[in-house]
Amino acid sequence: MKSKGLFKRQKVLLKIVLRLRTALRSGRKNGENMKKTQLSLTVNGQNYTLDPIPGEILSDLLRKRLHLTGTKIACGEAECGACTVIMDGEPVLSCSTPAERAHGKTITTIEGLAKQDQLHPLQTAFIKHGAVQCGFCIPGQIMTSYALLQKKPRPTSDDIRHALKDTLCRCAGYPTIENAILAAAESLETGQAVAEPQIPASATQAATVGTLKVRPDAVEKVTGSAIFTDDLIFENMLFAAVKRAGVPHAFVKKINVEKARQAAGVVRVMTAADIPGENIHGLVTLDWPVMVGVGERVRYVGDAIAIVAAETQEAAKAAAALIEVEFELQPVISDAVQARQEGQPQIHEKGNLLKHIKVRKGDPEIGFAQADVVLEHTFHTPAHDHLFMEPECSIAVPEGERMLVYVGSQIPYQDRTQVAAALGWDENRVRIVGQLMGGGFGGKEDIAGQIHAALLANATGRPVKLLFDRQESLLVHPKRHATQIKVKLGAKRDGTLLAAKTELYGDTGAYASLGEKVLTRATTHSAGPYKIPHVHADCYAMYTNNPPAGAFRGFGVLQSAFAFETMIDKLAEMLEIDRIELRRKNALRVGDETSTGQIMRESAGLVECIDKVEAEMKRLVGSDKLLFENSNVEYSNNESPNIDLFKARPVPGAEHLIRAWGFASAFKNTGLGGGADDTSGAEVELYEDGSFQVRSAAAELGQGLVTVMRMVVAEELSVAAEQVAVLVMDTDLTPNGGPTTASRQTYVTGNASRLAAKTLREAITATLAERYDQPPEKIHFNEGSVRVNGHSLTMQEVYKEMKAAGKNPRVLYEYHAPETKPLGQGGDMHIAFSFATQAAEVEVNTDTGEVRVLRVISANDVGRAINPLGLRGQVEGGVVMGVGQALLENFITKDGMVVTDHMSRYRIPSIVHTPEITPIIVEDPTKDGPYGAKGVGEIVLIPTPPAITNAIYNAVGVRFDSLPVDQEQLLWAMEENKRELLS
Amino acid sequence: MSLWKEYLQPQTVQEAVEALASAPPPAIPIAGGTDLMIDLQQGHHAPVHTLVDLTGIAEMRALEIRAGQLFIGAGVPHNRIVESALVQEHAQSLVESCGLIGGPQVRNSATLGGNVAHALPAADGMIGLLALEAEAQVASPSGRRLQPLHELFLGPGKTALKADEVLVGFYLPLIKAHQASAFCRVMRAQGIALPILNLAAWLERDGETIRAAQIAVGPSGPVPFRARQTEAFLAGKVFSAETIAGAQETLLAEAKFRTSAARATAEYRRELVVVLLKNALSTAWERAK
Repeated sequence: MKSKGLFKRQKVLLKIVLRLRTALRSGRKNGENMKKTQLSLTVNGQNYTLDPIPGEILSDLLRKRLHLTGTKIACGEAECGACTVIMDGEPVLSCSTPAERAHGKTITTIEGLAKQDQLHPLQTAFIKHGAVQCGFCIPGQIMTSYALLQKKPRPTSDDIRHALKDTLCRCAGYPTIENAILAAAESLETGQAVAEPQIPASATQAATVGTLKVRPDAVEKVTGSAIFTDDLIFENMLFAAVKRAGVPHAFVKKINVEKARQAAGVVRVMTAADIPGENIHGLVTLDWPVMVGVGERVRYVGDAIAIVAAETQEAAKAAAALIEVEFELQPVISDAVQARQEGQPQIHEKGNLLKHIKVRKGDPEIGFAQADVVLEHTFHTPAHDHLFMEPECSIAVPEGERMLVYVGSQIPYQDRTQVAAALGWDENRVRIVGQLMGGGFGGKEDIAGQIHAALLANATGRPVKLLFDRQESLLVHPKRHATQIKVKLGAKRDGTLLAAKTELYGDTGAYASLGEKVLTRATTHSAGPYKIPHVHADCYAMYTNNPPAGAFRGFGVLQSAFAFETMIDKLAEMLEIDRIELRRKNALRVGDETSTGQIMRESAGLVECIDKVEAEMKRLVGSDKLLFENSNVEYSNNESPNIDLFKARPVPGAEHLIRAWGFASAFKNTGLGGGADDTSGAEVELYEDGSFQVRSAAAELGQGLVTVMRMVVAEELSVAAEQVAVLVMDTDLTPNGGPTTASRQTYVTGNASRLAAKTLREAITATLAERYDQPPEKIHFNEGSVRVNGHSLTMQEVYKEMKAAGKNPRVLYEYHAPETKPLGQGGDMHIAFSFATQAAEVEVNTDTGEVRVLRVISANDVGRAINPLGLRGQVEGGVVMGVGQALLENFITKDGMVVTDHMSRYRIPSIVHTPEITPIIVEDPTKDGPYGAKGVGEIVLIPTPPAITNAIYNAVGVRFDSLPVDQEQLLWAMEENKRELLS
Repeated sequence: MSLWKEYLQPQTVQEAVEALASAPPPAIPIAGGTDLMIDLQQGHHAPVHTLVDLTGIAEMRALEIRAGQLFIGAGVPHNRIVESALVQEHAQSLVESCGLIGGPQVRNSATLGGNVAHALPAADGMIGLLALEAEAQVASPSGRRLQPLHELFLGPGKTALKADEVLVGFYLPLIKAHQASAFCRVMRAQGIALPILNLAAWLERDGETIRAAQIAVGPSGPVPFRARQTEAFLAGKVFSAETIAGAQETLLAEAKFRTSAARATAEYRRELVVVLLKNALSTAWERAK
């Protein structure tokens, strides 16, 4: 406080000096000083005059001083566009604009777009077209689009791609964003309502289920009123910062926090010694210290050493930087193979091996002996970051004897357990208050700042906010597992697969997180979605000194599918069999047995996926003039059985550009499986005003679960979807929905919601049957009302009848998915599998090695499309993320240090990387899924990388056995091929 | 603790130069600030006391024909350069290079002056300008001077501008009949996504002959590189496959490429530079018809 006063005085003095100087030198008339004493600006039509704050950034002025929190900060490094606002008609990045530059300017933020509660057509179009998913990037997308439409009222697709080039969306709804902008432009010009999206309903649509419904949170997300955790401010709130180890492997010798304690604004500094409860957390294995204490082992650069709470964010960070730690450095284990070698340091007490995971079916040696061909190859995949747009944020608020934690988390009830353990409390004293989540993708399952914020809030008795910046996010949270995968494959000459043997090494980093589960999935899926009599798989889940690896969309199967689908293409080439035919021949069908001994009794839509992608390829390739211009093949439109769909073809007039298609299939389990009790609870309640609410502590991370929940409840109760509100992720108010992982929520929480609604309907029916003395079958629910004995009761009246009968119109349903068996016991390891096939068309620049993905056909067997609008977002987003992981993304570590520690260094796909995507929905229902549905969140991404790398091979004859495709390597390999051809 | 303490917004170049000389140090100029803000926020730039904002100076935002030359103020943001009919006519390589920088949000703020003053050896806008024989106007406390653009660079990130000097703008020769320019670059998409090579070419055509050529390449060496030997080789040659091949050889002999970790090897840059040279020359050749 003192220093502030001093500083002010200096400022005043300086001002006088400057004024004098200017006046003397240039002899200028009057007050036109270079230094503004007041900051005047117009924001959303309102004039503000503010005191300038030295060093203030425009986004801080908008968010913190004017409380316009619709403007989001996702990177803080001018990379992502989320913070875009319009300044004097032009879009600018508010995260890198000095606030003082806004003097005299007119600014429009997302909050200023709707006029008198009338949404701007862009906002309406984003909602209608399903362009809104997690919503965190949406203010930036809309403001950038708004600026574009000001300049170009009827933009082309190219204009849109140019304008949105650096405005990133990790849900990657780029195609729907583009469609929404086109629709808005049309509406603005014609004055007509925004056109409906061209997205088909489910083939078996019901009243609500299977039709196009918008998200319940869409309006808030397009107007900027949606509140994410960092948008919350509590009275008397402190800000936290964490001192990270910064070294990958060491023992802590000494921690000196004295300077930090003395620093201005600091209220509390804590180390491991100050933790009242357990200094350990973890989702499956308790192996992750809350803080590393003196004498203890640091296992990765992101390990916490101390935590600070201070009056401001800046003070907390500055104080954390003053904490001195003395380390005794240890040799670093930088990959999984090294971790298993003899003589390596052991990172954990139990050693470096987290788990050896085995799949045993038949005897591969018998299969290889019978095989006509046997091939073997080793593949590598890197770690990936989720790069959800919203960095982690937790706010802990003490309330009497309890601790409230505001956080967007994928597993609220496990947050509660882990926070309570660290506080040494009964878990009922902790309440997780779920917030909107700006993307998760598996990266918000583990503890980030929840425990640290709670410890500081408990120690100070004040609310504490712990917000990660992008760098801390990249450093700390678990990644996708880097793997090494060896595949040996044996087949008969006719293509029948006989045996597969795989050996996997998975780098789970410093702590287990969900590593054991992820790598089990990698292992059980490592022989692809095929019927193979002999399969052995061995996976070594290894601890290393890299950042931990845990859940990430695809859950280990992305890695093994890349290896196996490459092998299938190699096999097809070796046997000179059509690669589509080879997959179709071996595809898992009803009656077949998986590698783990599960018989597919139903819902195995792989062949349908393969057939439909092939048909679509024939349609596209058949009408592709490029293919035929330089060949003698005859074709008749759409009916060209003899054309080679995978033929490489140069672009006429640009012969250095070669195009070709590639193909890949995959499967992915729905639900936890493996013997776990896969449970979700949901509660449905009818309110006095006739509306309903459905509640579950399942997580909404943008994927659209809340839409699914409201749709199934509306369906069961025959009311409009808009009549059903949804509440999720609150451990006091919503029943445990379990973790949001493993593509399980549509299935389990969808079922829990459906059955809760159905039970409520039965209760209403029983009450009215008694009240009106009618048999229950004479009571009909119809379009928001209930008909009984010639009466039509509104839901308000139904509520009154229930109350009058002494019935509480509220039902809690705990759903248990069908029983599964642990790995190794045969039988049903999983409740269902989703299947997919994709074809990708690439263009390789043979001069530079650059690769573009032009078109992707994506067929997914989802059982039943409950929410086709949300499904579209999942399919497109999955493909785009798959493009990223094939061509761009690489989380690089060197000797345990993170190289890709900024968003500018970890590249994710933008709209310019987005191919033309043709989604095909296959609906092969599963008996116990809600309306036949199974999971979709992960399968949509898994075939994309191998489809792309197979296409590159088909284009230029270079096979990639590691990701991402490296353009320089590709160029060298093409030149090598050329030399071989010449010699 | 704050990134800066004083923020000055001069209205004239004179005021700016005086502010830089007399404000509490360290005092540095800020134009678009798209790089500087990040560098300050991430601690890559030493803390400063005073920021002198140049964007309010009308003279530095001028874009006009002046005495037979094209003047582009150092404070003109990239989007105005890209959209300017004058620049489109007289400096295509600059339009192309400035159009590739960032997204529209960055282009609205980032200025050509900032691109040059930052002195990185491969900044797109600067390379696009370097091939055009631009001259820079620099204001200092002792007055103004004109200086060839390439003299402004001392090393990677090191400008020849003094702490109290301001880059006012650039003078470019107007394009004459049968003159044209073009710019190309290659990005590395994987991992650390940064441009790995860029190249701008200007040429004058005389029927089927190249009368004169100017070529700028980045990064080749610590400062932006003008390929003088290649330019000399091309002058007076008939535009043909052999001439291009000869130019490619000359360029490979005179340019110095290095390997940068996680971006590109020197060998890859050598592969790319011949492709970029051919593409830029061919485009400029067509345009110069």
